[in-house]
Amino acid sequence: MAHQIIATSRSASGIPTGRLAVWWVVGSEIVIFGGLIAAYLLNRFLHGSWAQSAGHTSTLIGGINTFWLLTSSFFVVLAHAASEKRDIRTTRKFLWLTILLGGFFMLFKTYEYAVKIEGGYTLFTSNFWSFYYTATGLHGFHVLCGMVIMAIIAERDIKQGKNWHRVENIGIYWHFVDIVWIFLFPLLYIAK
Amino acid sequence: MAEVATQTAHQDGHHDHEEPSFWSKYVFSTDHKIIGFQYLFTGLAMAIIGGFFSYVFRMQLAFPGSSVPFYGVVSPAAYNMLITNHGTIMIFWVAMPVLIAALGNFLIPLMIGCDDMVFPKLNRLSYQIFLLSTIVLIASFFVPQGGFGGAWTSYTPLSAKAEYNGTPFGAPLWLLAVTLEIVAFLIGGINFITTTMNARAKGMKLYDIPMVVWMIVIASILFMASVGPLVAGAVMLFFDQVLGTSFFDPAAGGDPVLWQHLFWFFGHPEVYVVLLPAMGVVAEIMCTFARKKLFGYKMILYSSVGLGILSFFVWAHHQFISGVDPRAAYLFTTTTLLISIPVAIMLFAFIATLWGGSIKFNTPMLFAMAFLGEFLIGGVTGIWLGSSGVDVYLHDTYFVLAHFHYTFVPIAVIAVFAAIYYWFPKMFGRMMNDTWGKIHFWGTIIPFNGIFLPLFVLGASGQHRRIYNFQNFPDLASENFQDLRIFATGSLIVLILFQIPFFVNFIVSLKRGEKASRNPWKSNTLEWVAPSPPPHGNFGDELPVVYRGPYEYSVEDREEDYWPQNQPPQAAARS
Repeated sequence: MAHQIIATSRSASGIPTGRLAVWWVVGSEIVIFGGLIAAYLLNRFLHGSWAQSAGHTSTLIGGINTFWLLTSSFFVVLAHAASEKRDIRTTRKFLWLTILLGGFFMLFKTYEYAVKIEGGYTLFTSNFWSFYYTATGLHGFHVLCGMVIMAIIAERDIKQGKNWHRVENIGIYWHFVDIVWIFLFPLLYIAK
Repeated sequence: MAEVATQTAHQDGHHDHEEPSFWSKYVFSTDHKIIGFQYLFTGLAMAIIGGFFSYVFRMQLAFPGSSVPFYGVVSPAAYNMLITNHGTIMIFWVAMPVLIAALGNFLIPLMIGCDDMVFPKLNRLSYQIFLLSTIVLIASFFVPQGGFGGAWTSYTPLSAKAEYNGTPFGAPLWLLAVTLEIVAFLIGGINFITTTMNARAKGMKLYDIPMVVWMIVIASILFMASVGPLVAGAVMLFFDQVLGTSFFDPAAGGDPVLWQHLFWFFGHPEVYVVLLPAMGVVAEIMCTFARKKLFGYKMILYSSVGLGILSFFVWAHHQFISGVDPRAAYLFTTTTLLISIPVAIMLFAFIATLWGGSIKFNTPMLFAMAFLGEFLIGGVTGIWLGSSGVDVYLHDTYFVLAHFHYTFVPIAVIAVFAAIYYWFPKMFGRMMNDTWGKIHFWGTIIPFNGIFLPLFVLGASGQHRRIYNFQNFPDLASENFQDLRIFATGSLIVLILFQIPFFVNFIVSLKRGEKASRNPWKSNTLEWVAPSPPPHGNFGDELPVVYRGPYEYSVEDREEDYWPQNQPPQAAARS
């Protein structure tokens, strides 16, 4: 396979291929979460009892987690800015700070789940709680994936000073995961 | 692998390295053509399984209770499993992999004048996930208590609880297989879209892209935009099945109709996901063998975009008797009737393409023309079913079944055969036998109508779908009804037997077919510029540059009646 593939380097649309693909990934993810959130909303409007169940979610922990995620988004922007200057040290620092805040988010999430389960609100308590765990769980899974990919980029690519565009790509994905949370937070934690 | 690249990389790299091993060449290859073949052959193999299933349950319907040759006596549970997985296989494991993945993989880089996909490794991953999903699906047939039997639509609450569907292992495995398959096509679809957006040959503008590439890309976007809610629904259904939540169980406050919404929000656009590539195949073939410019290129393109958008607003026409508000039914009737307009525009554009052309009736062209006629029947009966007033009576009868087979068979069988006969010389470097192709054509088209025309009659007479033995229903057990069923089953067997010439022709042509030149059909699009079969890297040293649209046939003042996209313009030939 000595033939070097040139397809990967073409850019007829003017947008780098990697960034383009990430946007399409985000597009497909939007409809996945869109379907879940629409299903939740339909049920929420249909069943008055769901508002009472929502009264038992912890706005405080949800709020703190919102803070972690939004701050992490700020750091990933700083990482992007540093990557534009090809600054290996600063880029890696901010990528790892982003991962750290994602980790805080996951820790608080775990604590929140533990408290809820101890209080008797499990996946099976009612359909509201099924939705609660499914939606936040799926979102948490995305946060975790983002953290892993970011660690790989920081340690494999940026450390060697290559594939700089990947910082922007993971940044787009990370912002998307944040925005999903911005929808989930009011729907599950604030509207009671 | 990219690291191997050297200064000489752009020269034909085939010979300056030792031949790669079988495994790296055919199994773990990142070459788009090989991955296309992997999809093609997996799809064809699954078509044999799906076809065999249809043979078994049609035999049960024609001769209830008797032992089916090559299978045995069909139990009710086995019957349900067979019809469920026939539908699942034909849509998710035949139509999708062959029309989108195999054709998309093989054709897109060749037709846009590039050497591979923009993400070759993701492409390989996509096939590997697809293969895994295939294995999971086949495994689900053999688990204790048998494969899933809740129909390919997998309606809840039947599909949600093992105590209802009786398949505690089959149902979750089926769902897992479908979800994996969706993931595979999401990855593949993103690859198709970005490749077409970014890797086009120099000079290829948006309106120079061949129609089949456009159609596969639009279909990929449709798939991506519609499948999300089903993925969310699949997660919820999986939790219901395996963990014991009650998202869809009305007894515990869940909503079974929610699944129908999530499923059909995907399920209806899915029809167009497979229709559009088939339309694209037909467009390519018709232009080549009518030696004419595609009539209304832009109109077809805009229609397909309009069709795609409209297809998101028709899904509830599957649910007219599921308790949908009659006012909403009115709305969905309207959108459903509207969607026939873009489809009709495309069909008329194809007919106008044929008008006045010098038509060559060879096998691919025959299949392409049959597509128009047969799909028309499916489309027109769709207008009846889309009207909620009529649908209330015809819902869930064999009329519906015959209707959608008149859409899906033209798409997944007729157009696929057209594509195989047309691109076989490019894929394998040899021609298929045209006489045997024609025998195969008539042996496919005539029995196909023989199967489904009687089913229209039966359906209109009130014969319901998904019934194991009609002899248990006095209204449906009459002898003339049974005669129609036997006629349909007989036609199916004839159709299956006439696939033997195809497979023999395919295999013999692979080895002994007449060697194909680069451009045996004298076609304009870029894949015919590459050698047949194209080597790794497709075009050799220099990738083609595009100067014009793909359908410049029979241009005045030119000696030849075709004008390849990559041929530099000559001042005198300008019209």
